[in-house]
Amino acid sequence: MISVKNLQKNFEGVEVLKGIDVTINKGDVVCVIGPSGSGKSTFLRCLNLLEQPTGGEIIFEGENLLDKKVDINKHRQKMGMVFQQFNLFPHMSVLENLICAPTMLKKMPKNEAIEKAMNLLNRVGLGDRADSYPNQLSGGQKQRVAIVRALCMEPDVMLFDEPTSALDPEMVGEVLDVMKELAKEGMTMVVVTHEMGFAREVSNRVLFLDEGLIAEEGSPQQIFNEPKCERLQSFLAKVL
Amino acid sequence: MDQWLDKLHRTFIEKNGLEQILEGLGNTLLITAGALIIGVIIGVIIAIAKYFSEDVPALKPISWLCDIYVTVIRGIPVTVLLIISFFIVMTTVQNGIIPAIITFGINSGAYMAEIIRSGINAVDKGQMEAGRSLGLTKIQTMGKIILPQAVRYILPAIGNEFIALLKETSVAGYVAVEDLTRKGNIVSNNTFDVVNPRLFVALIYLVIVVILTQILSVVERRLKKNDKR
Repeated sequence: MISVKNLQKNFEGVEVLKGIDVTINKGDVVCVIGPSGSGKSTFLRCLNLLEQPTGGEIIFEGENLLDKKVDINKHRQKMGMVFQQFNLFPHMSVLENLICAPTMLKKMPKNEAIEKAMNLLNRVGLGDRADSYPNQLSGGQKQRVAIVRALCMEPDVMLFDEPTSALDPEMVGEVLDVMKELAKEGMTMVVVTHEMGFAREVSNRVLFLDEGLIAEEGSPQQIFNEPKCERLQSFLAKVL
Repeated sequence: MDQWLDKLHRTFIEKNGLEQILEGLGNTLLITAGALIIGVIIGVIIAIAKYFSEDVPALKPISWLCDIYVTVIRGIPVTVLLIISFFIVMTTVQNGIIPAIITFGINSGAYMAEIIRSGINAVDKGQMEAGRSLGLTKIQTMGKIILPQAVRYILPAIGNEFIALLKETSVAGYVAVEDLTRKGNIVSNNTFDVVNPRLFVALIYLVIVVILTQILSVVERRLKKNDKR
């Protein structure tokens, strides 16, 4: 579904990504782990071109996103993204947050968009908060709404950028539960995370990034129980 | 006391001073309102043009033009701008009010552009990213997500600019526009009443500014109340 070839990104001369090669297949749940500054978030943000890569290819559903002729907005509709800081629209109610993009971009009739949004909202247990505003919600609730907002566009893949890092510890579980549910339903997911338990339990592949390269890649079993490279071994010793 | 009242009566009623000063007030309000509208339109255009051209190499010249406009206008006193537009650019216009409106509008536009630009910048960067990640274009995100949030930073500052603009128009008399200030002077000269017309003019400015300030604080309170963040 997504095939990344020799992806590179420089920030004003600093090489953040030095050539990433990875293929993400339909139904994959790929967790990206690594020390801070290793380029995890930059890699994820390059996938939907929130950061413009400086080199390489990103083939998404048969088209190279770095081709100048590609309409990136069309492809972004198929790639949902969830941010560390939620980034809900504070001037809109929860429901307005959810139906904004579908009604604007997919020309979905308003009542249909509302019905769909309410369905999803009920499934994450927030059906009663449709008329609330983001600042009236807890962090965990905000992040669940943010996930639903992305899902309302019916994406083919979901990108998660440290979705639980800004949450109080007691709220991490409710967000991870929603993500597990999503994985179980077969959603393709790329998750940058520090939640090793989630990576081990839910993902089918783990990428360990270090200094802008994939230092090791494998099943959670391989990564967590039989780490080969020394850098990964010392990383795991610190976080587990 | 009686003497003073007699003098007031002579200046403002017998010699038509009140009528003339109110006429000047009308001109002042007309210039201010017209300039405000032009200023806001220019300000929005410049601020948005700059926002969209800043990080696109091909559009850099547009961004430079915006910078030049803001720098030049903010660097020249409005009185000098007024003299230039009246005596050099719009020499054929009979009614001085039109050049005055345009000049104050162009002048105000530079300040408005900065106000609106900083209002847009005050909105969290993550908002643009969230909009774009859903597939909205930069323009759609600007219209639907960024500007509605920027308004609450922009509106109070525009109110202050409005008040400053009102007082600034008092230099319009420099090019023979008969605004409130100049009419006060004319009445003084015609009636040999040196004091009262001028104090009356000052009082009118003060009252209008106080009223505008009150309206502004009500608007600000409303914005806060409607703000559900």
